[in-house]
Amino acid sequence: MKDNPFSLWVYLSQSPLLWLTVTLLVYATTDAVSLATRRHPLANPVLHAMWIIGAFLLATGTSYTTYFAGAQFVHFLLGPATVALAVPLYENRRRVVSSIMPMLVALVAGSVTAVVSVVLLAEFAGLPRDVVLSLAPKSVTAGVAMGIAESLHADPSLAAVAVILTGIMGAIIVTPLMNRTGVTDFRARGFAAGLAAHGIGTARAFQVDEIAGVFSGIAMSLNALVTSFLVPLVVTLLVR
Amino acid sequence: MVASLSLILLCQLIGEAVVHGLGLPLPGPVLGLLLLLILLLARDRFALLARGPLRNDGVETASKGLLAHLSLLFVPAGVGVVQKLDLLASHGVAIILVLALSVILTLLATVLTFRLVSRLLKQQDAR
Repeated sequence: MKDNPFSLWVYLSQSPLLWLTVTLLVYATTDAVSLATRRHPLANPVLHAMWIIGAFLLATGTSYTTYFAGAQFVHFLLGPATVALAVPLYENRRRVVSSIMPMLVALVAGSVTAVVSVVLLAEFAGLPRDVVLSLAPKSVTAGVAMGIAESLHADPSLAAVAVILTGIMGAIIVTPLMNRTGVTDFRARGFAAGLAAHGIGTARAFQVDEIAGVFSGIAMSLNALVTSFLVPLVVTLLVR
Repeated sequence: MVASLSLILLCQLIGEAVVHGLGLPLPGPVLGLLLLLILLLARDRFALLARGPLRNDGVETASKGLLAHLSLLFVPAGVGVVQKLDLLASHGVAIILVLALSVILTLLATVLTFRLVSRLLKQQDAR
C-alpha cells in the first residue's frame, strides 16, 4: 500500500481503466433512470451522462485527452454499430422496399432543410464564420460531420459537439413534436428522427418502436451520404 | 460470437479501405453496412454462404447486441463539450437556439414530406 493516497489517484487517473469504468458506470446509471421514468424524453441517458462526466473531469482537473484515452474503446464501437444497422434493415427489407419513394423524397427535403436552415439561422444570429461552417453538418453522425468540417477548414471538435447537441435535442423533442403533428406512421416518424438527429435519434427511435428504429437507421445512413455532398455546395452559395 | 464480430469488423475494414483508396466522399462504415446487407441477401440465395457467422443468427445476434446500447457510444464524443466551454460561454445561447430551431424544422420537413408522398402514392394505387 502506498503511504500517500494522492499518488494512487495520480496513478489511476492516468490509466484508461478508470475513465472507461467511469463512462460505463455513469451511463448504466443514467440509462437505469431513463428506464425507471419509462423512457421519458427529458431523462435522455446521453445528455445526463455527458454533464455528469464533464463535471467530474472539471472537478478533478482531468484533461479531455486523458479521459478519451479510456473512453476511446466505447467511441470506437460507433463504426461497427453503423455496420450492424444492416441487420434490422435486412430483417425489415420488404417494408423498406415498399416505402422507397416516400423515403427518397423525404430524404432530399430533410437534408436540404437541415443544412440550409442551420446555415441561414447561424448567419442571422451573427455567429462567426468558422462557427457557421462547423455547425453546417450537424445532422449527420459524428465521424462524418468531423470529416466534412475538416474539408471546409472549420473546427472538427466543434462540429462533433454540434452533432451531439443536435442529436440530444432531436431525441428529446421528437416524440412530443410528432404527437402534435398527429402523424402516427412510425415509418415516417422514425425516418425523420434518424435524418435530423442521426444515431442518438435512432437510439431513441428504437426505444419507441422497432419499425421507427429501422427507418431511423436508414435515414441516418442515407443522410450521411447526401450531406457530404450538400454541405460544400450550400456553404459556397450561402456563407459570405 | 467472435466470428460474428470479426465479420462486422471485416465489413467496416473493407469499407474504409475502399473509401480511402478511391477517395469517395462517404463514410467507410456506411459502405460496410451495404456490404453486410449484400452478404445477408446473398446468403438467402446461395446455400454455400450460409456458414460460420452467417448461420444460426450469428451475425444477427451480435449486431443486435451492439445496437441495444447505441446511445452509450455517443457519450465519449459528447463529453468533448468540456473543451468548448469558452466558446459556449460567448456564443452558447445562440448556438443552442440555432441548433434547436433547425432540428425542429428538419423533423417537420422530413415527416410531412414522407407522409405527403406516401398518401399521394396510396391515392394513385386506389385509382
